[in-house]
Amino acid sequence: MSARAFLRSAVWAAACSCIALTAREAQAESDFAYEEVSGRIGIETRVFPESALYPGQASHSSGVVLHPKLYLEDADGKSVTVAPFFRFDSTDPRRTKADIREAFVLLFGEAGNNEWELRVGIDQVFWGVAESRHLVDIINQVDLIENPNEEIKLGQPMAHLTWSGDWGVLELFGLSFHRPRTFPGAGGRLRAGFIIDDENVTYESGADERHLDLAVRYTHSFGLVDVGLSAFDGTNREPTICLPTTLGGAFTQHYEQIRQFGLDSQITVDAWLLKLEAIRRTGFQNLFCQSEEDYSAFVVGGEYAFYSVWDSPADLSLLAEWNYDERGEQATNVFQNDIFLGARYALNDVQSTDFTLGLLEDIDFGTRTLSLEFNRRLTDNWALNVEATAFLKIGEADFLQRDLKNDSFVGANLGYNY
Amino acid sequence: MIHHPLLPRFGCLLAALAIAFSACLAAPSTAIADAHSPEEMGLQIALQAQERGGGFGDFTARQTMILRNRQGQESQRDVRMKVLEVDGDGDKTMFVFDQPRDVKGTAFLVHAHPHDSDDQWLYLPALKRVKRISSSNRSGSFMGSEFAYEDMTNQDVEKFTYKYLRDETCGDLTCSVTERAPVGKGSGYSRQVVWHDRDELRIWKVEYYDRKNAHLKTLTISDYQLYLDRYWFAGRMDMVNHLTGKSTVLNWSDYEFRTGLDDSDFTQTSLRRAR
Repeated sequence: MSARAFLRSAVWAAACSCIALTAREAQAESDFAYEEVSGRIGIETRVFPESALYPGQASHSSGVVLHPKLYLEDADGKSVTVAPFFRFDSTDPRRTKADIREAFVLLFGEAGNNEWELRVGIDQVFWGVAESRHLVDIINQVDLIENPNEEIKLGQPMAHLTWSGDWGVLELFGLSFHRPRTFPGAGGRLRAGFIIDDENVTYESGADERHLDLAVRYTHSFGLVDVGLSAFDGTNREPTICLPTTLGGAFTQHYEQIRQFGLDSQITVDAWLLKLEAIRRTGFQNLFCQSEEDYSAFVVGGEYAFYSVWDSPADLSLLAEWNYDERGEQATNVFQNDIFLGARYALNDVQSTDFTLGLLEDIDFGTRTLSLEFNRRLTDNWALNVEATAFLKIGEADFLQRDLKNDSFVGANLGYNY
Repeated sequence: MIHHPLLPRFGCLLAALAIAFSACLAAPSTAIADAHSPEEMGLQIALQAQERGGGFGDFTARQTMILRNRQGQESQRDVRMKVLEVDGDGDKTMFVFDQPRDVKGTAFLVHAHPHDSDDQWLYLPALKRVKRISSSNRSGSFMGSEFAYEDMTNQDVEKFTYKYLRDETCGDLTCSVTERAPVGKGSGYSRQVVWHDRDELRIWKVEYYDRKNAHLKTLTISDYQLYLDRYWFAGRMDMVNHLTGKSTVLNWSDYEFRTGLDDSDFTQTSLRRAR
């Protein structure tokens, strides 16, 4: 871990301990009616069977994860939640890190026929309906170094007001202290041939990471149809990564001011879930900063479940989604024209055993990625997760993925939940 | 890709409630005796039981499930629940899971509809995601237990056809034994046989027959207590699966009634606040 990264982690950890202490103190003074400590301790390992493409990259890594959560609630239901996250990784110093996933105060109440809720602090927010990709979801930064699947997020400082009634749910967000995306370091796998600088991050806004980003979201259910409309104006979560201007120069992360409008919808009928997410984003440069290019993108698809298959208690769900990005080969992500096919087989036994298989097929580049996942509870506290990703085929012209061709991996993770 | 041990496997424990409900106002025997055909008599019993169960307003309770396999190995499920009666519609119910710990904080919201399919949402705390899920899975197991979704969902009178079979003694009481067959698709049962006591219309026993008419499961209900001077709620439910030898004991505790819950406690926003 570099000095600056370490400092950053230390500051986060200190801030978090500070919030925890304050909360404890507040509790001593105003005696919270309810206090709870829960969390997870995990032991993880990842093995990369194929030899690394770049010198210094490890063939396996192991690590320990701590994710405790403190929850305090007073008699009126007002609450404080604090959830720091720590990871130690044996091979990539950048993956050894601390973060505050959550540290917020929650207030809520009623006003006439409406309900309001206010969350202030570091929190995580999820928008959307799709499975292969979370397209409209933009509030939090992705913790990419945790998992390339983009499911894991960094905590984001915010004020989040929700106002709801028979007419729907309206949410307003004020966001600041932008978090740069995490990328693997030289020793890590699942990275490009070049290293992305995680220290010299630059911003389009003169306020740098302190720019006040604004977002608004409206959601409502019309019978079987759920609809969400969203708008975001502020610092992009996806970095602009430009080619270095000098030979051997660093690839740096630059965060532009963008505007994004989003639509997400799900129709739930019988065992069908039909899903759509679409965005229009302006102000963002395309691949390797060739030019600023406004674009639209969508993911459309669905999920169908077969219950009690083969005379057993098990369920089988089949998923299919099409991801499309108008920029085509100039897109900054891998979902420019990709079909996702998935199957989830849940045994519905006491251990909640399930298997998931996903295949992502890139129509333009011919890249094919297979992912497998297995989950099983071992006891009431211990649970096992195994996941594997295989880069079966990588298209020659697929710049974003061709450096991953030897990075297929199997990971196992044993967790103690308390 | 969304991943959660509970995701594909939810039902609403309301049923357990519906089963537990039985009010105690007047003796039911008169109306039942006035009905003529076995079908009318069966329907009358169901209607009266439902009528007596209504009017509690709202309540909260805790459930502890002990799952036992054929070898006697045990596993525990702890659930907190709250229920709100809705005028002219089905109940609203929220469940929050405490045990097993890997699904702690997972919450499940149901808006039941007597004539329509229910609306169901699941909250996944690790992703902070609210997901609307299909309510069409009725016959599957609830959290690996011997209770199926349909045993757990609101058992409105409209969801069955009925036939009165006989009266017989059940313990110290006299029970009316009726048969009911599910209406609509998706049920794992061809029929159920239900024992209501004649005094209070509490359900004491249910036998479940699968689609091939084999005797699949038996539910025994006990430890009834009277709340609000009117509502009988069960303290214990034992479900035994005769085909697999597995069983589940569902214990109810900490019932609290008319706690001031309203619609705003059963929204997607409040679901996100579950912990």
